[in-house]
Amino acid sequence: MSTTRTQRKQRSLWFEAWRRLKKNKLAMAGLLFLALLVVIAISTIIIDIATNKSYYNDHVIKQNLRLRLQGPSKDHIFGLDEFGRDIFLRMLWAVRYSLFMGTIAIAMSTIVGGILGAIAGFYGKRTDNIIMRFMDILLAIPSMLLATAIVAALGTSLTNVLMAIAISYIPTFARTVRASVLTIKDQEFIEAARALGASDLRIIGKYILPNSLAPLIVQASLGVAGAILSIAGLSFLGLGIQPPTPEWGSMLSNARSYIRDGWHITVIPGLGIMLTILALNVLGDGLRDALDPRLKN
Amino acid sequence: MQETRELLRIEHLKKYFSTPSGILHAVDDVSFVLDEGKTLGVVGESGCGKSTLGRTILRLHEPTDGKIFFDGQDITGLDKKRMKALRRDMQIIFQDPFASLNPRMTVGQTISESLIIQGLVDKQDKRSLDKRVAELMDLVGLAPRLINSYPHELDGGRRQRIGIARVLALNPKFIVCDEPVSALDVSIQAQVLNLMQDLQDSFGFSYLFITHDLSVVKHLSDEIIVMYLGKMVEKAKTSRLFANPLHPYTQALLSAIPVPDPDFPVNRILLEGELSSPINPAPGCRFAKRCPKACDKCREADIPLKEVEPDHFVACTLVR
Repeated sequence: MSTTRTQRKQRSLWFEAWRRLKKNKLAMAGLLFLALLVVIAISTIIIDIATNKSYYNDHVIKQNLRLRLQGPSKDHIFGLDEFGRDIFLRMLWAVRYSLFMGTIAIAMSTIVGGILGAIAGFYGKRTDNIIMRFMDILLAIPSMLLATAIVAALGTSLTNVLMAIAISYIPTFARTVRASVLTIKDQEFIEAARALGASDLRIIGKYILPNSLAPLIVQASLGVAGAILSIAGLSFLGLGIQPPTPEWGSMLSNARSYIRDGWHITVIPGLGIMLTILALNVLGDGLRDALDPRLKN
Repeated sequence: MQETRELLRIEHLKKYFSTPSGILHAVDDVSFVLDEGKTLGVVGESGCGKSTLGRTILRLHEPTDGKIFFDGQDITGLDKKRMKALRRDMQIIFQDPFASLNPRMTVGQTISESLIIQGLVDKQDKRSLDKRVAELMDLVGLAPRLINSYPHELDGGRRQRIGIARVLALNPKFIVCDEPVSALDVSIQAQVLNLMQDLQDSFGFSYLFITHDLSVVKHLSDEIIVMYLGKMVEKAKTSRLFANPLHPYTQALLSAIPVPDPDFPVNRILLEGELSSPINPAPGCRFAKRCPKACDKCREADIPLKEVEPDHFVACTLVR
């Protein structure tokens, strides 16, 4: 019997989506750039641990005022900043904040927003009204303003910045998930599960959420871009990561007073932010196309 | 005479939906009895409440009024837990095999889902789970290699076989078939219908067979209910209904069956007008507006079902 059981390789919908995504060159370039950032972030963390932060202290935050604002050269390819620190190294050390904080913040709001949206869409009526009206209140406040208010009230710390950004993104995800749950919950396969006696929790977990994941993934990849911008924005306003820790937003903010003396110290962090956001947006667009089953090819 | 045992008894079942523009009478006072191993056909045009009837019997919709007796037990008031136990015995096969299967589950997962939800096989016991799934796939004629396929890779007939296997897994006594073949190609319709009939012969299910295709019910059913706008207008043994249709609506329906013979004299009864709205229906016969034989009496009050010959019930003023 085992010889005749030549089972076909599993070709799930996710596999198909990946195959389609691979064909999209722009999206793959975005993915590659993001992969590079992840590698950079992890290697700098490893260096910090291995050298007990001495490399970080000596090269990333140690000031050398005699060489301040020096332009790009062979030794310092991105030049030196207003305190004579190597911009290239500071850019590398800053990757972790933008990337991981953006991802963690969005992961938190995806989970919370996703659950709230699923509950609202699935149960409908009163539950839906209570949850979604609360989301509307959150949505009515501009997300940057909300994040600023939260950080200003709770004080500037990494966790507070994270919380602030996560909270301000919850409504977007709740709405996305609710919308797809509403379209899925009236389909016959949900009724079939009910007829089998499946519990609400099982129906949400095994039937509704897996089928509403596609728009959520797209929304999340675009959300990370927004969150990175928000972190940079908060840092730019002095509410995010505090100096001397390198962070793209605060580097940009500190550099702007010296824009006439050294163009490179504003342009480079700005480019870093821009390229990362671009990569995420391009990837998000690619994912949206790849996950749309109507575009089978 | 074979001895038959009553399995399902429906008494004055009503299902109303409240809509912004009024109360929608989807199922209005339907009663019948279904014996073990028998097939009851329910026919009517779209929107006459036949699907709602099937779903209300399974309590996928809560009935507004009336009683449902299954195996002698009134199930209208049962709580969730006891209903879940009952679902092992009463199941449903859906119309659209494209919408009724979870697109993220493989064939094997879909079939084992029934077994796991109802606790028929221990979830940890992979061996017996796989064995049972293979058994079921064999029973409905699905090749074993399809076990890891996703529904979108299969054609309509195969998908409908998955829907049947999923139901079969529970070994139910009663299955609602909600237009199980109307979404399929004609050639595949016959295969699926034959499969369903073979399964009935070997397992002794009772079917409630909902359809708008009269040739299908003629082929399968022992007894037929004709519904119009939520009301039963005629009920009879299949042979009697086709030989002697008494309600004008049934007559019109039967005259619409295509005959595969171009020389056959066509004598269609063509109905005028549209199906009237099931929202806040006027008293009297629901069909009066389109009935070629309607008189004032038809519009005065609801017409009760009358037994004109043994086991042949009609709701029409013309019949006495």
